[in-house]
Amino acid sequence: MQANKIPNRQVICDALIERAAADKDLVVVCSDSRGSASLTPFAEALPAQFVEVGIAEQSLVSVAAGLARCGKRPFAASPASFLSTRSFEQIKVDVAYSGANVKLIGISGGVSYGALGMTHHSAQDIAALAAVPGMRVYLPSDRHQTRALMGALMRDDQPAYIRVGRNAVEDVYGEDCPFEMDRATLLRAGGDVALIACGEMVRPALDAAALLEQEGIAAAVLDMYCVKPIDREAVIKAAKGAKLVVTVEEHSPFGGLGSMVSQIVGAECPRRVLNLALPDQPVITGNSREVFAHYGLDGEGIARAAGEGLRNG
Amino acid sequence: MNLKAKSYALRKVALGMVYNAKTGHIGGDFSVIDMLNVLYNRHMNVSPERFGDPDRDRFILSKGHSVEALYAVLCDRGFFPAADLTTFSRFDSAYIGHPTRKVSGIEMNSGSLGHGLPVAAGMALAAKMDGRPYRVYTIMGDGELAEGSVWEGAMLAAHYKLDNLTALVDRNGLQISGPTEEVMAHEDLRARWESFGWQVLAAKGNDVEDLDRALTEAKATKNKPTVILARTTKGCGVSFMENQAGWHHRVPTAEEYKQAIAELTEKEEAANAGK
Repeated sequence: MQANKIPNRQVICDALIERAAADKDLVVVCSDSRGSASLTPFAEALPAQFVEVGIAEQSLVSVAAGLARCGKRPFAASPASFLSTRSFEQIKVDVAYSGANVKLIGISGGVSYGALGMTHHSAQDIAALAAVPGMRVYLPSDRHQTRALMGALMRDDQPAYIRVGRNAVEDVYGEDCPFEMDRATLLRAGGDVALIACGEMVRPALDAAALLEQEGIAAAVLDMYCVKPIDREAVIKAAKGAKLVVTVEEHSPFGGLGSMVSQIVGAECPRRVLNLALPDQPVITGNSREVFAHYGLDGEGIARAAGEGLRNG
Repeated sequence: MNLKAKSYALRKVALGMVYNAKTGHIGGDFSVIDMLNVLYNRHMNVSPERFGDPDRDRFILSKGHSVEALYAVLCDRGFFPAADLTTFSRFDSAYIGHPTRKVSGIEMNSGSLGHGLPVAAGMALAAKMDGRPYRVYTIMGDGELAEGSVWEGAMLAAHYKLDNLTALVDRNGLQISGPTEEVMAHEDLRARWESFGWQVLAAKGNDVEDLDRALTEAKATKNKPTVILARTTKGCGVSFMENQAGWHHRVPTAEEYKQAIAELTEKEEAANAGK
């Protein structure tokens, strides 16, 4: 199989162009971010539905909220690091609190920017955005799921935050990607350990499951692209069917997928839960692949942690 | 009742809310209330019947802490019954200490400073994109202009030539810690806004006719947004509150309330008599 070369951000642009041609109220708002968001083709194809605000992320979100309150359906795109922290109050007040139908697209999420450092990493976005009442948080795992998610988001009228990475990621799904809004996708079943992952950590979780199988360990893999509203039923079902739950995310260990899954498992069906995540410190210099390998967020690292977790349980 | 007299009547409503609830921002209410009065009663095409109309004019109270003044004006315009205002700041009331869309007539939740102008710019931009004739207004406090996000919005509004956007600055010269120029200097304010590409108009912010003049001029201006620097008096209308930073959010005693109502009633009657 040939490696996928299409990043999720490009899929987002394609989906927006396709839809915007028939929906004049759909607008894209950028903060000098059209290039990094792969949205230049949108700006060129539909200039009347494209708004540039300059390098001003607070303005990006407030202007998008104003557009939304006057009937537009804005998709505001900016690097996840700036969008989720620089504009946090605008997201809280102007979008979520005011009920403005703004879709926030955090591009180059997590450690996508690699060696550019902590200024450009977004390891707090899930924690921050999920804590805002009325805000939904989605981390699609591959291009096919991104397309399916965009299809749903372009049709609904509630605010949401979508985080995607910068680089093309290996496919998790085929063209016929199974997708139900706000329902996790069970990628494989297994009774020993339940791996629950989101975003770009789903693919390595699947790889880990294959490695664990060679050791005779049966791992279930759950793609929790809908971090909020999290699919509680799926978490409970997965936890009940396993001896150990392992969460995997490209995020701080605090307030993200691991915290949420732990809350649910602790309340509903107590099991041991291991949270695999980035460390609570600036990450080591390297590209995403190197960083993931260093912190055990690749297939081997996840399999190792899960295997040890089971043995030490 | 003429517009000038109405301003005093509205002040009494706002004061009653603050006095009853024992909370609120009466100083700023009294400096901004003439602007709200002129906007809602002479310039904006909004009414309870038109509130769903896509061509209605939009207003955002960026200095959201002056919400008692806005409630008084909206109530007078028939958006909700006066009885609702007795619930101000009480348990489970929709009428909280900052504007929210739970209250009929309010377009946007606010309260954190520096948000109103960029949101209003987004609304004005939507009107331009859709070729709709409505206008967008926002009122900021002068202390609020220290927020950097104000200037992001100012930059954008001039860039997109949003002549359907009018911002008003409640220039009462006082903020919670003292005179604005001592806390964080804003002058030369006119030069600042002009350098951002705005038309700048000066107005007497507690004079309904002078505000009407400036708003009319703003409406006629093409290709650039307008800011009206409205020189106001914090606590305007009540002798012992005027120009006192302490009245930013002080609650009057029973004696002070009585005196304030007496002063406002006297001025209202004089205005009605054409004085």
